[in-house]
Amino acid sequence: MARLESAPVPLPACVPTSASAIPAATATPRHSALVRVTHWITTLCFFALLISGFEIVISHPRFYWGETGNVLTTPLFQLPIPASRSLVQTGYNYMLPDQNGWSRYLHFQTAWIAVLTGLLYLISGLFTGHFRKDLLPAKAHLSWRALSATIASHVRFARPGEAEAWSYNPLQRLSYLFVIFVLFPLVIWSGLAMSLAFVSAFPATVTLLGGEQSARTIHFFVSLAMLLFVLVHVVMICVAGFKRRMRAMITGAVTTRKEERP
Amino acid sequence: MTDLSRRKLLVTGLAATAGVAGLGVAARLAQKYGLVPPDHGGIYGLGETLTYATQRLLTKHSLAREFRRDQISKRPLANEMPPLTDAFKRLQSGGFADWRLTVTGLVDRPASFSLDQLKSYPYRSQITQLACEEGWSYIAEWIGTPLLHVLDAVGVQPQARYVVYFSMDPDWWESIDMADAMHPQTFLAYGMNGSDLPVGNGGPLRLRLPRQVGYKSVKFITHLTVTDNLKKFGDGKGSASADGGYAWYAGI
Repeated sequence: MARLESAPVPLPACVPTSASAIPAATATPRHSALVRVTHWITTLCFFALLISGFEIVISHPRFYWGETGNVLTTPLFQLPIPASRSLVQTGYNYMLPDQNGWSRYLHFQTAWIAVLTGLLYLISGLFTGHFRKDLLPAKAHLSWRALSATIASHVRFARPGEAEAWSYNPLQRLSYLFVIFVLFPLVIWSGLAMSLAFVSAFPATVTLLGGEQSARTIHFFVSLAMLLFVLVHVVMICVAGFKRRMRAMITGAVTTRKEERP
Repeated sequence: MTDLSRRKLLVTGLAATAGVAGLGVAARLAQKYGLVPPDHGGIYGLGETLTYATQRLLTKHSLAREFRRDQISKRPLANEMPPLTDAFKRLQSGGFADWRLTVTGLVDRPASFSLDQLKSYPYRSQITQLACEEGWSYIAEWIGTPLLHVLDAVGVQPQARYVVYFSMDPDWWESIDMADAMHPQTFLAYGMNGSDLPVGNGGPLRLRLPRQVGYKSVKFITHLTVTDNLKKFGDGKGSASADGGYAWYAGI
């Protein structure tokens, strides 16, 4: 590891040595500008999709498996919440306001932005070696001993060492890879499988998932998994030092703890 | 300013200019090839246009999935009956013998069809899914005459771009583009699972559009008109649902 600490970058000869503030600006950022921008666009998209998705779900908070499902068929399960439409018997004697119109508009528009942002991230990540360098864990770190040590320190909520200000730990790498290459593709796939027009052209999209209602149920659970990831992600950032990690993801700059608390 | 940042600025500027110019060209092409939905205004216009344009390019001629007979739902859900008007009840008590579908607009021979006349046209059946935007669905066999037979009979004029269709329920009307109107699975459905279409499922006549969600499949239709411009109808967004804040294109 070459960059354990924020070693000052050698200055070109033409830069006056008195300008001591310059190195911070020209130093390699913790996260590239592209990673930072796509990270925050995806964050906004996630919350827009979460809210609009929830609004859509409350119009029929029952889930099924297979091709079809409605109030005349047996559900897989029903969420214990009131609904925004009268069709479902929820046990509550009131209905939530119906928000499906704007929720569907917002959900699909945001899905476009999220998918396009994801594509940009994916292509540039392959191009710059971001996945290989920053996310693929080293073989030595994948042994049970190494992994269980990392898990143990996470469970204790131990504050990570300075090295982690510059590089992800193996557990982080694995969970990010899982979100990027498993959860994201699955949520897009199961979402498209619910589009009647899309599956008319690509029927395997829905048949491989076991039917339209199965796709809806899968979409719901993958969204829950993503929500769980976001919650753990935020907790871990708080453990590691909220201000420093936020600064690294916003400006790219990394400060050591001593600099922060003189 | 260093060379590096100057180059960056130049590249960014060029990319931005190309992007804006590209968007302008794309918008013009989309308009020309009918890829812009009538509800493209407002903050969700970008997403709607992307969705509709992509679906038109990918799925213009694709057929909705059809199912096996044993996949037909035991009980086709009849949801949210609108309050039946006296006029509807009168027609119902007469066995819908006086039900009429009038066809007007950009056609050579405006006409009015009884159910018997519609039943004399070539009929088809399809076992397709009706999926509601709420999230539930059922599969049924729909029997009817493809809309394109009726449109052929009245002679659609070449400048036609949309078919607008109206329910006897005055708050429910929709429209589709000609690709959907001429699609072989777009039915004027009068039967279901081997008998007459029940009133709860839209009988005596429902426009069945299996590649879009349920609210586009208008129940109790009495009138359709062919047009080149949706601005004249309601708020100009193409349908009662779009006027009420729901997407005009509902293939997703």
